[in-house]
Amino acid sequence: MFLRQVWTITTKDLHSELRTKEAWNASIAFSVVILLLFSFAFDPSSEQIREFSGGLLWMTYAFAGALVLNRSFAREVQNDCLDALIASPVSSAALFVGKALANFSMLFAVELVSLPVFVLFYNVPWGAAQFLPMLLVLVLGTWALTVIGTLFSALTVNLRLRELMLPTLVYPMMIPALIAAMTITTNLLAGSPVGFGIRFLVAFDIIFTLLAVVFVDTVLVG
Amino acid sequence: MNALEIAGVWKYYGDFPALREVGLNITPGSTMALLGRNGAGKTTLLRIIAGLSRPSRGSIKIQGSIGILGHGIGVYDELSAIENLTLFGRLHDLPEPRKRAEEMLERVGLGRVRDGLAREFSRGMRQRLAVGRAFLHDPEVLLLDEPFTALDDRAIAVLQSMIQQMRDRGRTIIMSTHQLREALELASHVALLQRGQIVHTGERTQQMLDDTGWLYRTYGDN
Repeated sequence: MFLRQVWTITTKDLHSELRTKEAWNASIAFSVVILLLFSFAFDPSSEQIREFSGGLLWMTYAFAGALVLNRSFAREVQNDCLDALIASPVSSAALFVGKALANFSMLFAVELVSLPVFVLFYNVPWGAAQFLPMLLVLVLGTWALTVIGTLFSALTVNLRLRELMLPTLVYPMMIPALIAAMTITTNLLAGSPVGFGIRFLVAFDIIFTLLAVVFVDTVLVG
Repeated sequence: MNALEIAGVWKYYGDFPALREVGLNITPGSTMALLGRNGAGKTTLLRIIAGLSRPSRGSIKIQGSIGILGHGIGVYDELSAIENLTLFGRLHDLPEPRKRAEEMLERVGLGRVRDGLAREFSRGMRQRLAVGRAFLHDPEVLLLDEPFTALDDRAIAVLQSMIQQMRDRGRTIIMSTHQLREALELASHVALLQRGQIVHTGERTQQMLDDTGWLYRTYGDN
């Protein structure tokens, strides 16, 4: 029952987004343009760029993610759809996990589209040694951004300045996960060992997913 | 066993008590008109019954599933009529959600436009779609918040016919309204709310129908 409800919410959100492409188009355009502009601003062959390329990549994903996450609960406000969902037998936890999975899918797709731009324009080494670990970091880092972002999207949904409030509240919470993802990415691209970062991201994801599932009912119903 | 038991419910918005010690028992099969002037607390009480808001104090017990038709239509603009109702059918775990959605669209007169997007519908069609959404899972308790406000003639006819069918099947209906005439004609019981308190509750009498102002004059403070 829980999984079926989660799947229904996820497919509903993806279906709605694919029909309008509001968040998707904005997010892809933003991430690609930012990566391109920075590639022109710095010399891609320099050693220096290797040092901050991980940070640049994840900052781009974090900002692009805000565009996706802002729409997540905002699309429920129109026509009071959130009330219809809460009044239905769907648990708040299923609603949250369903939305988080939809946001994860959208943001991950944005990352997969913009990643080749990064590889191409930043002259980073890219082989099997980087690809699989990078995929793992992308999954873990993106889930960290998504789970916090989805919870705060629910929290700010009724605020008049939600487009401003969401990033203001979310980014400080994301900092530990972002730093871990940036460090791992930079180390991967430099051919250094990734160290403790992966375990930190796994722990971060588990803890924040559990906290979000516990508190989302309070956030939605008060 | 009552369909709905409300005991000692208080609701505060800051320091302001929107509901004060509300107690109400509704027997199965009743149609309760929740009457009161603007700001009396009707919508607050219905939102608490629907689980959209938590009472500050007190308890609510509901037997069976609920359906709600509130101020917003509760359907997604970017989904088609059939997609909207199938979605809510799935969320209510109906055995054949799509078939049930098709039947409901026929009942509300939207069968021929079932694949049209909700955003492309006229206001009246959207209202009928909302009626279909609220009645889709044949709820045991139906909550209607100002159901006739802003409906066009056809939507009113559809809603009245569906309410009548629900009554015939012994379902419990609670409707908040300040349109006395329509409410009293449909109701078997009335409750009068005034400044967050129930000042009268009981069966609807012929006297109330003959003189719609009688209730307010007798129990209200004008």
